[in-house]
Amino acid sequence: METFLQQTLNGLVSGSIYALVALGYTMVYGILGLINFAHGELVMIGALVALQTVTALSGAFPGLHPVILLIAGVAVAVPVCMAVGYLIERIGYRRLRNAPRLAPLITAIGVSFLLQTLAMIIWGREFHVFPQLVSTTPMQPMDGVVVSPLQIFTIVVAFALMGGLMLLVNKSRLGRAMRATAENHRVAGLMGINANGVIAATFIIGSGLAALAGVLFASNYAIAHYAMGFTPGLKAFTAAVLGGIGNLPGAMVGGLVLGLVESFGAGYIEHLTFGFLNSSYQDIFAFMILGAVLIFRPSGLLGERVADRA
Amino acid sequence: MITLLESRAVNKRFGGLKALTDVSLTIRKGEVYGLIGPNGAGKTTFFNVLTGAYAIDGGEFVMNGAELPSAKPHLVVQHGIARTFQNIRLFRELTALENVMAGHHIRSSAGVWGILTQSRAAREEERLMQERALEILDYVGIGRHADTVARNLSYGDQRRLEIARALATEPQLLALDEPAAGMNATETAGLRTLVDTIRGDGITVLLIEHDVKLIMGLCDRVAVLDFGKKIAEGTPAEVQRCPDVIKAYLGGHRAH
Amino acid sequence: MTTNSTALPLPASFALDRRIQRPLVILLALAAPLVALSMGKSWVRVLDFALLYVLLAIGLNLVVGFAGLLDLGYIAFYAVGAYTWAFLASPHFGIHLPFWIVLPLGAAFAALAGIALGFPTLRLRGDYLAIVTLGFGEIIRIFMNNLNQPINITNGPQGIDSIDPLTIAGLDLSKDLDLFGFQIPSLTLYYYAFLACVVAAIILVRRLQISRIGRAWAAIRDDELAAKAIGIDTRMMKLLAFGLGATFGGVSGGLFAAFQGFVSPESFSLMESIVVLTMIVLGGMGNLAGVIVGAIMLTALPELLRHFAVPMQMALFGKTLLDPEVLRMLLLSLAMIVMMLVRPAGLLPARTRYAHRDRRNA
Ligand SMILES: Nc1ncnc2c1ncn2[C@@H]1O[C@H](COP(=O)(O)OP(=O)(O)O)[C@@H](O)[C@H]1O
Ligand SMILES: [Mg+2]
Repeated sequence: METFLQQTLNGLVSGSIYALVALGYTMVYGILGLINFAHGELVMIGALVALQTVTALSGAFPGLHPVILLIAGVAVAVPVCMAVGYLIERIGYRRLRNAPRLAPLITAIGVSFLLQTLAMIIWGREFHVFPQLVSTTPMQPMDGVVVSPLQIFTIVVAFALMGGLMLLVNKSRLGRAMRATAENHRVAGLMGINANGVIAATFIIGSGLAALAGVLFASNYAIAHYAMGFTPGLKAFTAAVLGGIGNLPGAMVGGLVLGLVESFGAGYIEHLTFGFLNSSYQDIFAFMILGAVLIFRPSGLLGERVADRA
Repeated sequence: MITLLESRAVNKRFGGLKALTDVSLTIRKGEVYGLIGPNGAGKTTFFNVLTGAYAIDGGEFVMNGAELPSAKPHLVVQHGIARTFQNIRLFRELTALENVMAGHHIRSSAGVWGILTQSRAAREEERLMQERALEILDYVGIGRHADTVARNLSYGDQRRLEIARALATEPQLLALDEPAAGMNATETAGLRTLVDTIRGDGITVLLIEHDVKLIMGLCDRVAVLDFGKKIAEGTPAEVQRCPDVIKAYLGGHRAH
Repeated sequence: MTTNSTALPLPASFALDRRIQRPLVILLALAAPLVALSMGKSWVRVLDFALLYVLLAIGLNLVVGFAGLLDLGYIAFYAVGAYTWAFLASPHFGIHLPFWIVLPLGAAFAALAGIALGFPTLRLRGDYLAIVTLGFGEIIRIFMNNLNQPINITNGPQGIDSIDPLTIAGLDLSKDLDLFGFQIPSLTLYYYAFLACVVAAIILVRRLQISRIGRAWAAIRDDELAAKAIGIDTRMMKLLAFGLGATFGGVSGGLFAAFQGFVSPESFSLMESIVVLTMIVLGGMGNLAGVIVGAIMLTALPELLRHFAVPMQMALFGKTLLDPEVLRMLLLSLAMIVMMLVRPAGLLPARTRYAHRDRRNA
């Protein structure tokens, strides 16, 4: 029972981070029908820019309160990622919107590797320790279950962000324009919506969420690295497909489910395979889920919503 | 007259929109059958459901006495139905000749092994396919453009190439979706001759068209769709006199 | 004639008559290792690898260039072929089967893996394939890395060594051959063996390309809905492209294992898949000649960077700012982006032919 609760908690922490990243994938896919492979790299950039800011600040003003450092890190990382996300769309994808299907996908791969390489040049190949800005001192609300303030913080922030995004999409003018554009570009254009602006906004919002996810991710694993965005990116895309691509609540559900499956999978894989596989196989769960979803329920748990591209 | 294709109470919905409601019509062997109606009446949707591009929501199509599969376009072609698209969909990077040869796909049979070993049968089939494709290109009048890449053809020639590609599947029923759209008078006249020739060669034609003159001159019988329902059917002259049709055409925003 | 032709040497050479072009290419391909040998053995090695990459690129081009399916885990099929060879022809399990069993077996396993992967995926949106293959590549790598316990199958990250070399009709290609007093180095022997494979691959792929199957692939790539509308079973055809592409990967993998004598998971990273993809993008998707040029260029790139970029940076800045590996990644990723934006048809834009040209007089 205790391990069960513990695994659930761990799963919720990583799952809520996946969900934040998955939202970016799903918004872009819903509107452009494009897998933005570079989205995972924004997680990495968010983490490393925040780290750089925090290091610089605490060097210049020793003794600054960790919360201020955290806020400063986020305050720099989010706009930087938003700018990068905007540039990716503007330079990389916009011209290819009516190109053959493969062209934007290949560009996306190129952008992803370009960002990794640039990060490698700027921040080097080594793993950086990400400082503990929120306490990780374990608390024990009940026997056998350990939870840290950081974990609670992660879940709360992620859920708050998701709630905020849902409000934005469902209640604001921009949100309505986004939904109309996702429905059909041409029709949205006829309704007087500036599709280019809406698409740019989608990238910017998704990138901001990715930056925050990056900070949360790096805080929880206490590490930042130029290639850290790739695997979470891949998994988050899986989460988006799992929930139903193009579907915002779906991305959240998908992210959480994926986090839980991974957490339980890693905990029980040895029993399940009679010791043949161990927790170093944790990363294959996401792909097994992806395979299963594609075979049995390709439109995802909550159904897909993809732009009519005809 | 022998019935070729029959649609029986065909229905198609898009969410709340009823694009087709109980559409029943009968197309006889050897005729040119026109499908007309205002914009958004459901004509293209009828094609899409017929050819399996969309799943059918109710009713059925019967071709030569056999029910057509739903949402399986590649199987529908084997029943002898070929189509063109309202907004031309050619294989852009292939030449005219290659487009038509691609249309022969289901009427050819060479397998991977035969092709890799260049078996006598595979080579012979390839040669015949090429000859046949050139004949079809000549037939529709663009033989001289055999080696032009599809996207570089003029608009009218692209339309003709799409017809050629459809003919290459050796259909009994050729379904043309607004083939004259965007054509000038000369091109339209040429198209009319072509459709006449095709009919003369024993292929039944199902024609969606806006150009009333073209419809009246070409079609043996016509059905009129409005808001997804069939409101009239008969010879062009009968249909022209039908009050519902006049209302649908004149009462709407467009008049011809 | 006199001044003009010397003033414009490049376009003139590009416009070479096909009758001259072909013998020239053949001569170049045959003489290359001899020239390279005079510059040092390491260059022959580069040539050998270039041919392996050409083989890989030809296979991937079948999937990406012809059928328009983005496969980002292609290197996994290479890994399947390589590990098949390593398992069945090395002291690791003490099995030493001959190449004419191991190579087809590796190809078959790769094809099976391809079909197993493509079957559930290919009925869905095309771009899901990209992510599924990416995931598959990662899974294969995880298994290669970890299947050394509880039972040692892959020997984990250390990999498998002392793999049997390619031995054809008693001729061991890993040993220098003494031919009437001429010493032919092992590297050169491998070169010609690989060249034979590449030539065979080119012939086979050309045959597929100019056939009802090649046209069906191109049709699916250009407009899937229209392809269905003329009766093409798009799902079967995509599966065929995917399976055949995987087969090429499997064969190249087996050759790689034999040539290298050693395999480890490191050789099959995602980066390798991306490198092969870039070769195709650079050469022009679908265009066989372009793809081959792309493969040769990108295999030579790291060597060129090592030889030129480093000394140049030393001369300019007094230190190496960007090491060759980083520089290579930078160039690859930029190549992918810039090519798609500026020159999507590739560096050597030649139209890919899907029907014979000599038909008018046939
Ligand atoms: N894929 C689709 N999704 C939603 N609505 C559609 C779709 N295709 C057609 N419709 C709608 O169905 C109706 C009939 O369209 P269509 O068959 O194209 O008309 P026509 O060809 O007669 O001009 C229109 O209201 C159109 O908006
Ligand atoms: Mg229409």
